[in-house]
Amino acid sequence: MELLLAIVAGVLYASGLYLMLRRRLAQLIIGLGLLSNGSNILILSAAGVTRARPPLITAGVAADQLADPVPQSLILTAIVIGFGVLAFSLVLAHRVHQSTVSDDIDTIGPDRA
Amino acid sequence: MLLALPILLPLMTAIVLHLLPQHSRLLRVVAFAGSLAALAATVCIVVRVHNAGIQVLQVASWPAPFGITLVADLLSALMAVMASIIGVAVTASSFAGVDPRREAVGYHQLVQIVLMGVAGAFLTGDIFNLYVWFEVMLIGSFVLMSLHRTRAQLHAAFTYVGLNLLASAFLLTAIGLLYGQAGTLNLADLARAWPDRRTPGLDAALSMLFLTAFGIKAGLFPLFFWLPASYHTPPAAVGALLAGLLTKVGVYSMIRVFTLLFPGPNASVYTVLLVLSAITMVVGVIGALAQHDFRRVLSFNLVGHIGFTTVGLALWTPAALAGSMLYVLHHMLVISTLFLVSGLFLRQRRTTDLRALGGLYRSQPAVACLAMVPLFSLAGIPPLSGFLAKVAVVGPMIGAGHYVLAAVALVVSLLTVLSMARLFEEAFWKAAPIPVSSSTAPPRLGLPILAPIAFLVTLTLGLTVMAGPVSRLTMQAAEQLLDANHYVRAVLGEGVHRAAR
Repeated sequence: MELLLAIVAGVLYASGLYLMLRRRLAQLIIGLGLLSNGSNILILSAAGVTRARPPLITAGVAADQLADPVPQSLILTAIVIGFGVLAFSLVLAHRVHQSTVSDDIDTIGPDRA
Repeated sequence: MLLALPILLPLMTAIVLHLLPQHSRLLRVVAFAGSLAALAATVCIVVRVHNAGIQVLQVASWPAPFGITLVADLLSALMAVMASIIGVAVTASSFAGVDPRREAVGYHQLVQIVLMGVAGAFLTGDIFNLYVWFEVMLIGSFVLMSLHRTRAQLHAAFTYVGLNLLASAFLLTAIGLLYGQAGTLNLADLARAWPDRRTPGLDAALSMLFLTAFGIKAGLFPLFFWLPASYHTPPAAVGALLAGLLTKVGVYSMIRVFTLLFPGPNASVYTVLLVLSAITMVVGVIGALAQHDFRRVLSFNLVGHIGFTTVGLALWTPAALAGSMLYVLHHMLVISTLFLVSGLFLRQRRTTDLRALGGLYRSQPAVACLAMVPLFSLAGIPPLSGFLAKVAVVGPMIGAGHYVLAAVALVVSLLTVLSMARLFEEAFWKAAPIPVSSSTAPPRLGLPILAPIAFLVTLTLGLTVMAGPVSRLTMQAAEQLLDANHYVRAVLGEGVHRAAR
């Protein structure tokens, strides 16, 4: 399972970075989204994947048999932040598109203003 | 409780500002009062830290590695004071420099949010919270940059947003890997436990990830291109806020995380950092010489001088680190002042292109003299604070036997003098390019726009006069930083030590 998650995270990072290197704003934003999902999966797998043990303390179960709740809360926080940031960049891209009728990063260059 | 105030006060101010009726003078009064209160709180923190050692607040009384910890050692406290000083100046200068339309759509709230994020980043004792504060600060600054949408500003905002989000993704990756290995996120707990578990491979990977993430934020050599591409477009007050604070938060985080997690002068990352700092200095200043826009020259100088602020960490001696810290404090003040000065040109001529400027010395000599202080302080003309800070940085380089590095720093200083002299000549001294007739005379610069600049200039002169006590403080801060046991003991309690390596 760890191997699979590691491969998924790697593929997400690679495609996210590739998309961020493109010139279209839409691709840049999709790249950002993939990148943040990649880091979420990385946190999940780096902290150790456990099967079907919710992090709730119950009588008779030792603490080390439970899943670690910290990476889950980290990912939750990162998802919320990533969502906000993605929403903001979508609005920004929309405004760029409105004012330039193009989503090529070079045609909105500062020298053509 | 005191430690939470620099974070809570801007938050409260922002909330109150949001509830107040917009379009009112009340907004300005509340924003200004809020930033003054935050300044008072941070000054109290410095005094407390100076008298009683490192201050720790365990939020909601959760014991250290489990709850949220706020820590103020001397470095954090000094940086927080500087941040709130700039907060006060920026708030005050936006009364004169920002158009009312912008004020009505939440400008003051956003400034407060950025200040909250910066204070949080300086005071947090938890590496994940550091990431969260980074995001708070970034989102605030994103919106500030794109509030007014000319084409150039949109382009700049997009560059800025993309690169900074990339840096955040790297930071998050590094934090995730670190947690997987060390099982904790509290910085003190990490400093205690991490040296036991580190392996050379992991060490190299993590330190490079942190270096890349903080390097993008700080504007280190191969990663700085977003900075000159974006800092010259927003209004002067926003430029001053971003230039003065955001890159310095990157430098601060670098110093904080590296001294705690990768101790010792032998870690390979410091060699990389040393080389990058030297190249940053050279590239920044040479870039500045090639520009002909006041704010672009400043942006490139900002990049060049980031090299001076990271080189002390790379050398890893108390004197060098203290010198770099003094440099950070001086540079925060001076670069913010200069961005505010660029607001004078925006007000008078609607441009900061050097080819269209000039003649200010003739029309308002007092204003030109006021602007001369930060210009020549950045250049490092004695006896101004820039000179003293440069001595504090270059001296330890020679002391440690890095003669080539010292030579690079001195040549860069010389080139900075050239670049600043050119700014002064072009922007103030030379005759105005278009003969000014009485009917089209540009508006005279009044007190509202000059007062914040005068405030910061006074503080720069104050830093010059008080350089002795301040450099003793930074020396003390450097000694606190280089022995992580101070930090670990303050957070986790007496009797806990960093594991022997």
